[in-house]
Amino acid sequence: MSTTTPHPVRSPSANEGPARPPRRPAAAARRRSRWSEAKKSWRLHWQLYLLASVPIAYFIIFKYIPMAFNVIAFKDYSPVLGPWASDWVGLQNFERLFSNPVFVDLLKNTLILAFYLVLASFPIPILLALALNEIRNGWFKRTVQMVTYAPYFISTVVVVSMTILVLSPRIGIVNEGLKLFGIGPIDFLGEQDFFRHIYVWTDVWQTAGYGAVIYLAALAGIDPALHEAAKIDGATRLQRIRYVDLPGIMPTAVIMLILAVGNMMAIGFEKAYLLQNNLNLAQSEIIPTYVYKTGLINADFSMASAVGLFNSVVNLCLLLVVNFAAKRITGRGLWR
Amino acid sequence: MTTTLASKPRRTRPAAAKVREPLGDRMVLIVVKLMLAVTLALVLLPLIYIVASSLSSPAAVNSGRVRFWPVEFSLEAYQSVLSNSEILQGYYNSLIYAVAGTLISVTLTVAIAYPLSRKTFFGRNVLMTLLIFTMLFSGGLIPTYMVVQDIGLLDTRWALLLPNAIGVWQVIIARTFFANSIPEELYEASMLDGASGLRTLWSVVLPLSKPLLAVLALMYTVFQWNTYFDALVYLKDPDLFPLQIVLRNILILNTPRTGAVDLAQQMHQIQLANVLRYALIVVSSLPVLIMYPFIARHFTKGAMVGAVKG
Repeated sequence: MSTTTPHPVRSPSANEGPARPPRRPAAAARRRSRWSEAKKSWRLHWQLYLLASVPIAYFIIFKYIPMAFNVIAFKDYSPVLGPWASDWVGLQNFERLFSNPVFVDLLKNTLILAFYLVLASFPIPILLALALNEIRNGWFKRTVQMVTYAPYFISTVVVVSMTILVLSPRIGIVNEGLKLFGIGPIDFLGEQDFFRHIYVWTDVWQTAGYGAVIYLAALAGIDPALHEAAKIDGATRLQRIRYVDLPGIMPTAVIMLILAVGNMMAIGFEKAYLLQNNLNLAQSEIIPTYVYKTGLINADFSMASAVGLFNSVVNLCLLLVVNFAAKRITGRGLWR
Repeated sequence: MTTTLASKPRRTRPAAAKVREPLGDRMVLIVVKLMLAVTLALVLLPLIYIVASSLSSPAAVNSGRVRFWPVEFSLEAYQSVLSNSEILQGYYNSLIYAVAGTLISVTLTVAIAYPLSRKTFFGRNVLMTLLIFTMLFSGGLIPTYMVVQDIGLLDTRWALLLPNAIGVWQVIIARTFFANSIPEELYEASMLDGASGLRTLWSVVLPLSKPLLAVLALMYTVFQWNTYFDALVYLKDPDLFPLQIVLRNILILNTPRTGAVDLAQQMHQIQLANVLRYALIVVSSLPVLIMYPFIARHFTKGAMVGAVKG
């Protein structure tokens, strides 16, 4: 029953021990060719192959064919001819993009926003989880957890609307509060310098509680004996956080950081587009919003694909670099 | 007297142990609690402000007098939200998208995750790698748009149901659940009884997978309810707009609502406009809010599976 083929990728459930039958006809299985293995699997699971064919078709149609359609980034796309028959133009679209003065601003805006977002939204859930872990179980802990978790489920449209209302120069409560200190009404969304802060801190507001849940689970998994031993050795609370809790959640933190960086360039179109207005465009125009406008509003498919492809490649490179660095430094990566 | 004397040390012992905690540690604990209280306030106060404003009179809202409690209590805003046909249509559409989308998504996710969880399923590692690759590198907006256009989904309800039907993360969660939570003996017993692969899935595995199905259904429902991007890109027909697009048009773009109104009505609408937004925020978040206790529990479980297996 058991295959002894090595797992090329350390997939999520590849290492579970108990479910694997103890007896392994290792020598026999190794001799068996891949082909007969496939045949046997088909005989056993042909219904499951049919079942899986529908989702596989989904991944081909909506994920892999679009990847192939990226060829139009190297073509002069004509809707009449379609992506395959359109004329090749080589790297012309990219040359046009890189020589466009807008491009530098675009890249700068995207990178600054992305780095700022990771810098703020990576450590804060860890701090929140460490703090929650220090206090005893009770109504206060439960309340803080439930309340900070809730904004994660509010839609982006609603969060942006709330932001606009709360920060409104005329009736918003923030400006009402500032009035008490004699600070005149500030049009937060109209000042371009506020865009990044608004974007990042509303994001932290929305996701910190959700992020903390994962770290709380990791903290709960730390052996209490370690804390007991540290207490007996006279470690203070802060020392126990530093030398017991932090190393305990390190593996989780590394994975979360890799995932955060991996999503960096895929930074939310949704929110940036909603927060955009003509006054803050100089800082709020990022690659995803530019792709949308170029492609779907100006209908320049080739150019938009070129920008999108550039973005995806940069993103993939960032992910691989961080994964490599994490593996070097901590011995852990996405694929271990 | 003797009983009180005897019980006294027993009562004080835990207290004595607590007193021994050094001063520094107690200070740390106080600081931690203060920080958490501030965090709580920062998250909660905007929400309270929105709810309080939605329950206040238009005049009070427009003069900026509302803090964290309704001023001149009024339900006018809610009445006008619930009598707006555009909003009701959006609500109805979103319900359709949420229910149909969830059904499709959960079915497809199980259909791929279950075979992938079977250790004797040939090719599962290659397949899983190909799935995970789509998380790392996406085709991009325009190429995906071209596919949706080519197969004729543009401006149909399917455009919101199909292109993002399966989440790879959800597949990982489901696969991990099937592999770890269903005892291997059950598969063997079911096979000995002559059940086919599908029969085993339907009669043995799925009845044991209700917690998983709940997690998946909630995740997909919340996603479908909250997303607006696909609708923005693929839909032009206002009759198909989900609630989030309607919200965006009213809340952020501030476009005048359809239907001709006379001057008096228009004046009234301008007065109502601000307070209506607050009410709209509350009404649109209500379904998720009602489900929140379930969501909180199940999302945590789902997050755990993901976190454990990275």
